[in-house]
Amino acid sequence: MEFLTDKFFLIAVTFVFYIGAQRLQRATGIILINPILISIAAIICFLLLLDIDYATYQRGGEYIDFWLKPAVVALGLPLYRQLPAIRKQVLPLLVSELCGCVAGIVSVVVIAKLLGASHEVIMSLAPKAVTTPIAMEVSAAVGGIPSLTAAVVVSTGIFGGIAGFKILKLSRVKSPIAQGLSIGTAAHAVGTSAAMERSERYGAFSSLGLTLNGLLTAILAPFVLHLIGAY
Amino acid sequence: MIVQFGILLSFLAAGEFIVWLTGVNIPSSIIGMLLLTSALKGGIVKPYQIERLSNFLVHNLGFFFVPAGVGLMNCFGIISEQWLPILGASVGSTVIIIAVSGQVHSMVRRSLSRKQPLTQSGIAE
Repeated sequence: MEFLTDKFFLIAVTFVFYIGAQRLQRATGIILINPILISIAAIICFLLLLDIDYATYQRGGEYIDFWLKPAVVALGLPLYRQLPAIRKQVLPLLVSELCGCVAGIVSVVVIAKLLGASHEVIMSLAPKAVTTPIAMEVSAAVGGIPSLTAAVVVSTGIFGGIAGFKILKLSRVKSPIAQGLSIGTAAHAVGTSAAMERSERYGAFSSLGLTLNGLLTAILAPFVLHLIGAY
Repeated sequence: MIVQFGILLSFLAAGEFIVWLTGVNIPSSIIGMLLLTSALKGGIVKPYQIERLSNFLVHNLGFFFVPAGVGLMNCFGIISEQWLPILGASVGSTVIIIAVSGQVHSMVRRSLSRKQPLTQSGIAE
């Protein structure tokens, strides 16, 4: 069945599952029915059932992947609109990002080690909080498996998007700026899309969080991993 | 709309160029985003020139991650072998990052706003 490997067919499949999942969430109002999560799961099942491998799926998928980069560039607009607010608190932003970045890398290594992960899995998990291209780069640099990193990055983002505001509530973080920032720090662009749904202000600080943590992780991760003796 | 596409993709291209020129391992998209913010700040680009496309892309960011997420199917082997540490560490550290960065941000802000009157009166020192 050659048609099954047609790129337009595979792109259409992706849209159909995503739209379906979106409708399902709107109809049920259940947060766990996250459109990204559900459509990924459904597409994987679909591909397995029809015996289509990932490389074939990516013939269509890469056209959707393509928009990731322009979409990240577009985050410059909400960021610009929040510049006056950012300028007022450069120090709190930098200090909290630095702590978040280091706490993230250290905690992921410690937990993974305690639960018995292998060395290369630990290295693949270390940069999982930041956006895919940085995370894959860091993962490769410290001896992880970049494709596993990519999968974990997306899953982490989905989790952060679904549970982020709950975690913030439980940890009594109240200011919208701190909330948006933390979501972006922990859950990069996927978390940012959840923050954007709340309001543009949350979204802008979330993009700031993903940017700062992305930069810090790219620079600091190998060093931090070395320091705690994991790499 | 063509203008909007043109502007965003030019900033992305500028980001790619900087990566190629300097060899930094920061994604071109992040550099492009920072360049765009600076250009908006400097008035070189006006918000209305990119607003429609930017809003569309930013509000549908999640969708563009779907194909990357489907890549999970290539890692079934290693995930089924070590699902507990992978799941535990990802969830645990995500909670920690959110709590730490949120709390630290609020703490630093609070201590700064408490110090503000002091530093203002202490300018003469």
